[in-house]
Amino acid sequence: MTSPQILGAPPVTRERITALMSRLTGDEKHTVAATSTLDVLQVLYGRILRVSPAAADDPDRDRFYLSKGHGPMAFYAVLAAHGFFPEDVLDTFTDFDSPLGLHPDRLLVPGVEISSGSLGHGLPLAVGAAHALRIRRSPARVIVLVGDAELDEGSCTEAIEYAGGIGLDALTLVVVDNASSSYAVRGRIEQRLRAHGWDALRVDGRDHARLEEALSRRVPGRPNAVIAQVEDKAEAAR
Amino acid sequence: MSSTATAPAALSPRARFGRTATDLLAEREDLAVVIAEISAQHLEDAARAHPERVINVGIREQLLVGTGAGLALNGIRPLIHTFAPFLVERAFEQITLDLAHQGVGGVLVGSGGSFDMSGEGRTHQGPADVALAATVPGMVIHAPATSDEVEATLRAAAADTGLHYVRVSDRAQRTQIPADGAMHVLRTGSAERGSARRPPLTLIALGTVRDAALEAARALDATLLSSTTALPLDGAALRAHAGAEVVVIEPWLAGTSLAAVAAELDDAPRRFLGIGTSRTELRRYGTPAQHEVAHGLDAAGLVRRIREWSRPTDSPHR
Ligand SMILES: [Mg+2]
Repeated sequence: MTSPQILGAPPVTRERITALMSRLTGDEKHTVAATSTLDVLQVLYGRILRVSPAAADDPDRDRFYLSKGHGPMAFYAVLAAHGFFPEDVLDTFTDFDSPLGLHPDRLLVPGVEISSGSLGHGLPLAVGAAHALRIRRSPARVIVLVGDAELDEGSCTEAIEYAGGIGLDALTLVVVDNASSSYAVRGRIEQRLRAHGWDALRVDGRDHARLEEALSRRVPGRPNAVIAQVEDKAEAAR
Repeated sequence: MSSTATAPAALSPRARFGRTATDLLAEREDLAVVIAEISAQHLEDAARAHPERVINVGIREQLLVGTGAGLALNGIRPLIHTFAPFLVERAFEQITLDLAHQGVGGVLVGSGGSFDMSGEGRTHQGPADVALAATVPGMVIHAPATSDEVEATLRAAAADTGLHYVRVSDRAQRTQIPADGAMHVLRTGSAERGSARRPPLTLIALGTVRDAALEAARALDATLLSSTTALPLDGAALRAHAGAEVVVIEPWLAGTSLAAVAAELDDAPRRFLGIGTSRTELRRYGTPAQHEVAHGLDAAGLVRRIREWSRPTDSPHR
């Protein structure tokens, strides 16, 4: 489902998002590290999530939990582009009295569902959110985004085993995989998830059509995961 | 249901937690209990009646608190429970970040106290729980000392929207007070020992040391105050009743509440003594009563320690 466009607002294109990111960083060009989550976020907010500034408190809105809080520029840009806060707020990035810091704070930024920074917190929070949606008989889903190295955290293992074990199907995990984990082996993330009962797909993290297809997928009785493969961190640094 | 056959007063404080949680689940549809295997035996009826609202995450304490916080973020009031050290120590970052930093509340219920499970050894003992919980912004800390106080405390904490830590210890006391956050006067020291310049000793008992503190207060002719709430403290009552010598007795790390008590009593010069469990690891098994004696938390130990410390002369500076 598509989130409603604001009347008169320009379409949220990749060019528009990167232009807004420039207001945060002052850079005209963005590194692949800075844009690792950009395409996933653009597809989520443009084509998948049923969220909008007008329905920010709707109990049946979809939840998006950005667990990988570092490098939030693309996230802030996407939220501003979708009208969650005025674009000129982007110019205050990391100022003392700015709502926008290097890790997002849900109490400061409209549209941010969880405060993040310390890794490994978003997935357990999303498990609780999925339980709450089930208790409330809500049709909404919760999508949580982590980095591949964030899955090193034991708290993620706890959540992966449990969510798969009880079949928490309101939960979707997006792993933005730039092979940054020290002991990364390509393909092991989805193997690990499937071993614990998850549906898991690896797709090109820059391909909007494939991302939309994978993120739209729901499997009754099972949580699902989308591993969005982007440029390797080591390659990108070269 | 099997639990209803038992009179509430006969239930241990921990079993009463299970019974109260079961009742609250029946009374409120927006409340859930999250556990990590521990105390599942006290929640079997509840799990049958409300399978979606009794959430057992297995032996996963980070997930326990994170799940509770995720519920709270989405309008479900969570009761989050396991043994005190597993809850407050192992999942401490989840308490600070998933609950306090996100700006959501919940009721953390830690059972076992400092040495309910004396025979299990150090790993199952939580003497630092109150000290750690006190560092979390906005945390209200309760230490009910009877089964009835446990129920009243849990009901009030569940009805609130804030962040609460409820310390449930099975060292139930005979002396009961209202679980209302107020500091109650259990005994007033007589003026025979005290005088205008040196009023009676003031003992403040927090948690499951109330009976021993009352016995000690009688032996010392001291005033005894007690509250089921360890933080925030009832400062008005403290200022109204405290003398020049103030002893804080708590069955967790010695000195935990001293700074908070002293901050409330900054209206006059006073001497303070903190009595609690020792920072030195005991490395003993045995019974909880033996641990109380070893830490000087029995009546005789309290009297001995306070007599050593007190300066029962009219001169504040010897
Ligand atoms: Mg990574």
